[in-house]
Amino acid sequence: MLAVDTATSTVGAAVLRDGAPPVAAAAEGPRAQTELLAPLVERVLAEAGVRPPELTDLAVGTGPGPFTGLRVGLVTAVTMGHALGCPVHGVCSLDVLAEQALAASGVDEVLVATDARRREVYWARYRRGPDGAERLGAPAVDRPAELAEEVRALPTAGRGPLLYPESFPSRVDGVLDVDPGVLGALALHRLASGTPMPVEPLYLRRPDALTTAERAAR
Amino acid sequence: MADGPLVLGIETSCDETGVGLVRGGTLLFDAIASSVDEHARFGGVVPEVASRAHLEAMVPTIERACTEAGVALRDVDAVAVTSGPGLAGALMVGVASAKALALALGVPLHGVNHLASHVAVDIVEHGPLPEPTLALLVSGGHSSLLLVPDVTHDVRSLGSTIDDAAGEAFDKVARVLGLPFPGGPHIDRAARDGEVVIDFPRGLTTGRDLERHRFDFSFSGLKTAVSRWVQARQSAGEPVPVADVAASFQEAVTDVLTRKALDACRANGVGHLQVGGGVAANSRLRAMARERCDAAGVELRVPRPGLCTDNGAMVAALGAQMVIKGRPASDLAIPADSSMPVTEVSARRPTAGPG
Ligand SMILES: [Zn+2]
Repeated sequence: MLAVDTATSTVGAAVLRDGAPPVAAAAEGPRAQTELLAPLVERVLAEAGVRPPELTDLAVGTGPGPFTGLRVGLVTAVTMGHALGCPVHGVCSLDVLAEQALAASGVDEVLVATDARRREVYWARYRRGPDGAERLGAPAVDRPAELAEEVRALPTAGRGPLLYPESFPSRVDGVLDVDPGVLGALALHRLASGTPMPVEPLYLRRPDALTTAERAAR
Repeated sequence: MADGPLVLGIETSCDETGVGLVRGGTLLFDAIASSVDEHARFGGVVPEVASRAHLEAMVPTIERACTEAGVALRDVDAVAVTSGPGLAGALMVGVASAKALALALGVPLHGVNHLASHVAVDIVEHGPLPEPTLALLVSGGHSSLLLVPDVTHDVRSLGSTIDDAAGEAFDKVARVLGLPFPGGPHIDRAARDGEVVIDFPRGLTTGRDLERHRFDFSFSGLKTAVSRWVQARQSAGEPVPVADVAASFQEAVTDVLTRKALDACRANGVGHLQVGGGVAANSRLRAMARERCDAAGVELRVPRPGLCTDNGAMVAALGAQMVIKGRPASDLAIPADSSMPVTEVSARRPTAGPG
């Protein structure tokens, strides 16, 4: 399986095969996803000794994340999937960060808050379940101060605490961006349990524009 | 292969998702998905709406192009893509998709210039391009006069618009006249019932303007003149003769475009003029270009309207020429370059320093 994600501040790709540890690579470049992703994919495939036609599955982070970057990962995955004739599985990128956070700390409840720009964060709340991180409710986008006090107090993963330390006092160390290896493992796990994994971008915001009818109504 | 390389071209610089398949100099199929109906609700192209539509349409359009052309993706010899200029977010979808295809299929990638592609598309319509060719490209995004000694690596800009693109002027005047978006086809239709009775200004065609901007265009003064004229009628309580205004405006635009294009042919000793871009679908522009080229002894080439607007076939056509002429392929690290200069035919890897 090849896993890619462009929803957070690093661009990542990983190859997972037969229970061997993932061969992963990531590069920082919040506005350079188009430039970075394809060479990274080429590199991890070469390092894992896998030729593209040997891939059987693709996994991709569906966000939420800044739109233009998010789409680079999605279109890369669906195009490769089509060209290679293999299925593509979508995984909410915040779910991956929650898995990383639970693995990195002993806590049983965690908040994931990532950079949504415009002074907002994408966020979701999780608790440790028998089957890994369980999300409590749908991912949302809000200003940090709009989150309930008790939610903001939870140990928090993602870049939210780095950007808004006054709002998120308790930080899960070392879990900032999506790890593509964890993304791939989560997709494999969900595949085995038959969980549906639609490849739908989680934009959470509508485009910034008014229709002519809306403009007239103002 | 006797009949040339099979190239798949992807174009997403604005609101059309285009995928074309070309073998050598022959068009196999051109598939287009347009989000124009959605943009019509906003009265113009909204970049984020276009980008979302590109992501949704990308794979279905690739699939349709292959099915209709009767080819399998694994038979593709190279992938070409518009790497700029255009809307940044929209370009990124096409560039990332093209890289993914090249990577999955193990074939070379050619990131090419959108404007050069508009010129190259005529190869699949009218055969090899005369060298040099003079190209007039007019659309909602560009108004350019290009001298093209070799479309695969030598494209020179003679002039371009200093304010609005010609197509934008059509959209804005259509709005003033209460006609729907996109304005081009609606103005063309309305003008057929009208007469050229109003003498609207021709930008950059006289005196010092002409000296400094011989091959440049300006349409914002024309647009303002049309709005003022219409407003004056409205405030006098008189009906607006929509058809006559449309015809007079259209006449002013096409007069300037063709006059400057033929002047450029003369000045550069070029005997071939190609007209492309969405505005090339305008019936008056086609007719006037024909008359003036005939009078000047210049051979006119205009692709069919479907190949004048943005499409994937034009990108595939240029990609095929790149392969045939042995031009180097692009690196997988090329960016989507929203302001790619017209003189840069083929996308280069981003470099740190200037140059
Ligand atoms: Zn164009």
